[in-house]
Amino acid sequence: MKKLIITLLFVAAVGLLYAQVERGNALIKGGTVLTITKGTLENTDVLVKDGKISQVGKGIAAPAGYKVIDATGMFVMPGIIDAHSHAGIDAINEATAPVTAEVFTGDAVNPFQIGLYRALAGGVTTIHAMHGSANAIGGESETLKLRYGVKDPELLKMEGAPRTIKFALGENPTRVHGSGNGIVPRTRMGVEFVIREAFSQGKEYMEKWDAYNKAKTQKGFRGAPPAYNKRLETMADILRGNIIIHCHSYRADEIYMLLNVCRDFGVKKLVFQHVNEGFKVAPELAEYGAMASVFSDWWAYKFEVYYSTAYNAAILVKNGVTTSINSDDGELMRHLYHEAAKTQKYGQLSDEEALALITINPAKQLGVDNRIGSIEVGKDADIAIFKNHPLSIYTVPMVTLVDGVVRFDREKDTDDQRIVVDPKQTIDVTLHTNTGHDHETCMQDAEYTFVRLFGFNQQEK
Amino acid sequence: MRKNIIQLLSACVLVITTLTFTYAQNQKGTTGTYALTGATIETVTKGIIQNGTVVISDGKITAVGTNVSIPQGATVIDCKGKFIYPGMIDGGSILGLSEVGSDPRTNDYNEVGDVVPQMKALTAVNPNAVAIPVTRISGVTTTLVVPQGGLFPGTASLINLHGYTPDQMYAGFDAVVMNFPTTGRRGFFDRRSDEDIKKAVEKSLGKINDVWDKAVQYHKLDSVTKGKAAYYPELEAIVPVVRGERALIIEVNASKDILAAIKWTQEKKVKKVILSGVAEGWRVADEIAKSKIPVITGPVLSLPTRDYDRYDRAYANAGLMKKAGVTVAIQAGDRNMNYRNLPYHAGFAAAYGLGREEALKAVTIVPAQIFGVADKLGSIETGKSATLFICDGDPFETKTQVQHVFIEGWQIPMISRQTELYDEFLQRAPGVKK
Repeated sequence: MKKLIITLLFVAAVGLLYAQVERGNALIKGGTVLTITKGTLENTDVLVKDGKISQVGKGIAAPAGYKVIDATGMFVMPGIIDAHSHAGIDAINEATAPVTAEVFTGDAVNPFQIGLYRALAGGVTTIHAMHGSANAIGGESETLKLRYGVKDPELLKMEGAPRTIKFALGENPTRVHGSGNGIVPRTRMGVEFVIREAFSQGKEYMEKWDAYNKAKTQKGFRGAPPAYNKRLETMADILRGNIIIHCHSYRADEIYMLLNVCRDFGVKKLVFQHVNEGFKVAPELAEYGAMASVFSDWWAYKFEVYYSTAYNAAILVKNGVTTSINSDDGELMRHLYHEAAKTQKYGQLSDEEALALITINPAKQLGVDNRIGSIEVGKDADIAIFKNHPLSIYTVPMVTLVDGVVRFDREKDTDDQRIVVDPKQTIDVTLHTNTGHDHETCMQDAEYTFVRLFGFNQQEK
Repeated sequence: MRKNIIQLLSACVLVITTLTFTYAQNQKGTTGTYALTGATIETVTKGIIQNGTVVISDGKITAVGTNVSIPQGATVIDCKGKFIYPGMIDGGSILGLSEVGSDPRTNDYNEVGDVVPQMKALTAVNPNAVAIPVTRISGVTTTLVVPQGGLFPGTASLINLHGYTPDQMYAGFDAVVMNFPTTGRRGFFDRRSDEDIKKAVEKSLGKINDVWDKAVQYHKLDSVTKGKAAYYPELEAIVPVVRGERALIIEVNASKDILAAIKWTQEKKVKKVILSGVAEGWRVADEIAKSKIPVITGPVLSLPTRDYDRYDRAYANAGLMKKAGVTVAIQAGDRNMNYRNLPYHAGFAAAYGLGREEALKAVTIVPAQIFGVADKLGSIETGKSATLFICDGDPFETKTQVQHVFIEGWQIPMISRQTELYDEFLQRAPGVKK
């Protein structure tokens, strides 16, 4: 009995330690509300109860104890969603094999990165913290909510978000494995083979387990289960439709290839990332129902993006492809509203179309559009408030809420927003100005290959 | 009569072939006399003219104002409801020196050696680089092409983004480039220890001093021998800087390094100096202002240099320096061939403290003054080069469309490979089924 009480107390203590996500109550008054899905509402209030949007309308009175935010003359939009980021995680590439479906960026979440706060200061509330692009099939990725300030990595994770996995085509996997390690894939032919092989093996594994699970229910069944294999288990889960593929890709031919492979294996949940030449196969993407998450205007940093166009997003949208604009970069992430605005220069998208690229569309791509991506009653109160219209160059993000909790407030921002300070840090200046974006964050942790190929980290030449 | 018909027909054929001919590189520009009528003209130096006209002839602006007579035979471009601005000047790029970032064979901005000031960026500019039309049709008409890497990577040159040879593009300014030894890290891949960084900085400074002292000696020798001193290309390239005939552009970013660089130029009595980059300029803005050295800062769209810095420091940097009295121009500072985003760097600086008027100057007249070409570029004034653009709104606003670009009186086709891809693929034919 005594033992049982101790056990119960222990369980209760663990439960307390396992902190809860903080959810706020707030009233955002008098702003121009850009709902994304239900039009623009002038001089409108948004009521947030227990982290959810509970009412949108005019003249809402603040219940006692609610935080009141005056948004008069400002613009209120859903928090920005970045469908391609590597922020908030300490490991990006498990660049040791062409297929590493067994790893998971959610195991390396770091809530202390200052970059998370800086993204909040750009109106971002949710990011897709992805595995890198060194492998044809990389690891599973985690969807994070920018609850900057929490110290428990688990609290950054968006509870209930669907599983996603990173695939990668073209120069990165062929460079790392083919050129770097002398193993398949060295070419785009090899990339197709590696993916088909992994799917085939996953299918075999799935069938073995399905057969075993079926047989197990038979009376008098005697026999051992098939050997467990995390990599193949993940592949099987993709085939079962439980995981959304997010595939790093650039050229039209490789995009088309993966469409065919997925069709052959019955995989439907497919989002292409970067997809710089998506505009060339936009009709095929639309027909398949595959989605696209693109840069606004990055190009020329490698050969496979030489034939890019900043009109990519507009062409995809006008061909009916669900499209988002992403960052893949800690700097770009801070002004995705400006990146979305570029589709008005390149292709003259409407305000609604442009804003959808960084809100409801990436929400769809992450499978969380029932929760976030628009201002609607019942959705999570992830909200960004801007001084001017968010597509104007002169706008300034003012307040960002996640689950109804203010996580960024420009008026109250103090210079140093670090949660912890590394006492060993002495030289702290990092100058990115001359590196540009030549090297995608996507390839971080695979830099031993860079060292070999480009001679980084060597002394002056 | 028959002959006339044949002439007419052949003229038609010529017109048709001209219209349908696809250019493997770039469609040709055209020049002549133009009248841009009924526009809002932001002259930059002489205020805003409503409902004004700009006349272009022989590559120059020959008239600006509301009471301008249109020369006979001029091509009239109706600019009602539109805006005219001087072409934007990007004060630091590798445009034309690089085609594909990751492919070394297409990159010509980084020569072997730490001290190679004799390497001329202008020589390696590819007038047909794909990024040139991409850049100029966004209103960025002029750029400083800058060699990279090492301590003295070469000599930079100002070019206009139109012409078939580097000399046709040359815009009348050169400068020797120096990368001041940096105490900062170069990025996530820079894993050197603090001690190693310190040693490397000291070693590099020693080398710079050595080169400079030799250049001073060489200048004396050269003066005494009346130009017959032994062939020494590195020093020959630096001598014009020693003599104050050519500017020295110092690329420097960390605050400590900025102060060290200013001190160095004072000790060495360098006459013409420009600081470039200057990411942490806000930290030492008063000292920069006191030195009277002009700054070409950028990229504005970048991260703060330190974890503990306010998130918007890079956006606010230009404004904070300007407020302290520093002469500030803005560069896109991009190595990704997105120099077309220069107006957006200026726009962010405007929104975060610089203000729109100063931001506009920072990409037009201020760089023109810094480069000593303000008699030709940087504003809409009679007698200046007809290097300007016409757009349908505020050029910093993202949705604004640039509709016409003139570079030295040449009307530039509003076409780049990126617009051509749009035209070809917006409604692809065949679609899904052939």
